[in-house]
Amino acid sequence: MRGIFCCGVLAIVACATISTAAESQSVDSLLADIQAVGPLGEGHQTAISAWGKLAEMPGLTVPQVLAGMDGAGPLAQNWIRALAATVAEQAMDREGELPADELEAFVRNTEHAPRGRRLAFEYLTRQEPEKRDELLAGMLDDPSLELRRDAVQALVDHAEKLAEQDAQEEEVRKVYEKAFAAARDLDQIEQLAGKIKELGGEVDLPAHFGFVTDWMVIGPFDNTDREGFSKAYPPETEFNPDQEYAGKDGAVKWSPYESTDEHGLVNLNEHLVDEKQVVAYARAEWEIPDATEAEFRWGTVNATKVWLNGEPVAEHDVYHSGSNIDQYRSIVKLRPGKNVILVKVCQNEQTEPWTNRWEVQLRVCDELGTPVGQAP
Amino acid sequence: MKLARYTTILVAALLSALALSPAVAVAADWLQFRGSFGNGVAHDSQVPTEWDDERHIAWKAPLPGKGPASPIVVGENIVVTSSSGPQQEMLHVLCLDALTGEKRWERRFWATGRTLCHPTSANAAPTPASDGELIFAFFSSNDLVCLDLEGNLKWFRGLAYDYPKAGNDIGMASSPLVIGDTVVVQVENQGNSFAEGLDRETGLTKWHLDREPVSNWSSPMALRGASPEEDLVVLQSPDGVSTHDADTGEEFWKFDGECSSVPSLVCEQGVLYVPSQGMMALRPASEGGETDILWQASVAPGNASPLIFQDSLFVLNRGGVLTSSNAASGDVQWRLRLGGTFWASPVVAGSHLYFVNQEGKVFIVSTGGSEGEIVSEYELGETVLASPAVGDDALYIRSNGHLWKIAEPSAES
Repeated sequence: MRGIFCCGVLAIVACATISTAAESQSVDSLLADIQAVGPLGEGHQTAISAWGKLAEMPGLTVPQVLAGMDGAGPLAQNWIRALAATVAEQAMDREGELPADELEAFVRNTEHAPRGRRLAFEYLTRQEPEKRDELLAGMLDDPSLELRRDAVQALVDHAEKLAEQDAQEEEVRKVYEKAFAAARDLDQIEQLAGKIKELGGEVDLPAHFGFVTDWMVIGPFDNTDREGFSKAYPPETEFNPDQEYAGKDGAVKWSPYESTDEHGLVNLNEHLVDEKQVVAYARAEWEIPDATEAEFRWGTVNATKVWLNGEPVAEHDVYHSGSNIDQYRSIVKLRPGKNVILVKVCQNEQTEPWTNRWEVQLRVCDELGTPVGQAP
Repeated sequence: MKLARYTTILVAALLSALALSPAVAVAADWLQFRGSFGNGVAHDSQVPTEWDDERHIAWKAPLPGKGPASPIVVGENIVVTSSSGPQQEMLHVLCLDALTGEKRWERRFWATGRTLCHPTSANAAPTPASDGELIFAFFSSNDLVCLDLEGNLKWFRGLAYDYPKAGNDIGMASSPLVIGDTVVVQVENQGNSFAEGLDRETGLTKWHLDREPVSNWSSPMALRGASPEEDLVVLQSPDGVSTHDADTGEEFWKFDGECSSVPSLVCEQGVLYVPSQGMMALRPASEGGETDILWQASVAPGNASPLIFQDSLFVLNRGGVLTSSNAASGDVQWRLRLGGTFWASPVVAGSHLYFVNQEGKVFIVSTGGSEGEIVSEYELGETVLASPAVGDDALYIRSNGHLWKIAEPSAES
């Protein structure tokens, strides 16, 4: 009997020890467990355990959780976002409010991850809506694309109010122009460009986006049975603007192409030939003073390969499966001075009317969508 | 060994079909695309056949974003997904109270994969699935979220992280399937094309199958065995249909033939009714045998998936014409013009068929007579792409802006 009692006491002590050890795991170390999640489910078991412990941790605050987004990848940020939602609900049930001062400080601190700050902004302004305009006034160039979008929208709202109050068109237009300069999302850019034009202003959309508009183009080469995608035609290894090459329908030669499209579209049917099962190359030079990391963003309904300075960037062997600006994105390293961009654009054999397009558009920008570099 | 087990499963599937038939099952839940049985049938549910705004719209709840995803019913919870944002990058999972339509909780996530899609579609195109305890919300961006019924995250997978070229820019739409302890997703496209089975508890990959790099929007289905352990996964692709072990993904049987890439097949009593060269009824081959093609007919479904009910096959074509055929022979019994473009697959509640076209017009069709009859029509007034859900004597329909509950007034009201 006594033995059983002793075993029981030992078991309780052991459990308490384990429990204390678990509780003593710091918030930071548990968040680090979540931050470690990676592709293919890497770190899931540990992260699941950490998430559960954090969700049950008394006194954990939303800003503490959001700080876990600093340095976290997009997968882990989603785990942490869900944790913030659970912790926020618990705090609201317990205290009826979230720590507004801490949230505001978090929003204002641009050292924190952009997504975490935007979430803090969301929680704060839900609780204190009057903070919204005050904070957004200084966020037109915020590193958070979402907060920047909110700030642009606040300016749009302001311009619309001015217009309703019969303000001078120029005054309204200037507000729209300020918003346009800050806008990085396609829908806002298009909307603002329209407003500015309506009020007699001008916008340079290709420049705003950073579209490459001055190209040299050559083709058509053969893409029968889609075999041209993997076949390296001469433009992939050399550039000689005076040289003629054997194309699909005869000799082909580089020719200049300047896109006048607002979105920098290179229309190959129009410039070369309206034909199926063909390949074209578009080559452009792009300058930048200092070595910079940038993004190539391109859109096309055709299969494409892209090179920078002779090095492959990316390839997408996909035909007529939707298209839009920024459809494909790749991070590239531009070197100081002249850079050479080469795009291979393949058209396939499909005959439906909607498969006739043979075109591409490409822009060079930073991660927010701000143009980087320019044509020489 | 493999074939022997497969034969056992096939026999079990036939024997168990009656036991699992929705005609005798009591199923208030609607746990996945086309319901808990994957057939769109809720025979035991009694849903109004004439709708009156005052009496039958139990509630209409606003939704935060777009989505062709159907709602699902898990006990007292209605779970629905949406997507919003300039690039459809914000993913929403909402849980509403089935009784009141009030939001119980919402969780948002950032898409990690491709979010571009046709303007009429949305990132929230696949219907979520549940096993009654956990929710598995899948999106066109190939993000897969597992939550419990209180909204607590269990795990999050970004499959485009693993396979960056997965997806197409018209939008993916294949819905996940929960089968045993496995969540099955079918991600077929011109880039990284695959099907995967993931562990429901951890989100870890149990099996991965490379698939033909061709666009496909049909959803995986279950061929039920005598016990849940014997259920098989059925994958429909443009080049055929195959059955697989749910735990390992091992292929048991394959039918090579051109299949539709949009409407999904339906399994009923061991027979697969496949949108293939019109419609085809076939029984998967057992050990050493050949596939038994029961019949093939030229009645071709449009976007909506076919439905089997009371020995009849119902197919809605691209022109909005409903055809009823004898499920045993494929012979046409009657045709009925509904009109419009349909993306939503039909459902059966009680003894009536419910259709919703893209313009939000609801057609309630009687199945009782020798000819089809439109019993009543109703205008929701909003674009509807999602298939309705049925649960606990109620019909749930979602548009891009709202979710409706249609039911007879409760005794208390």
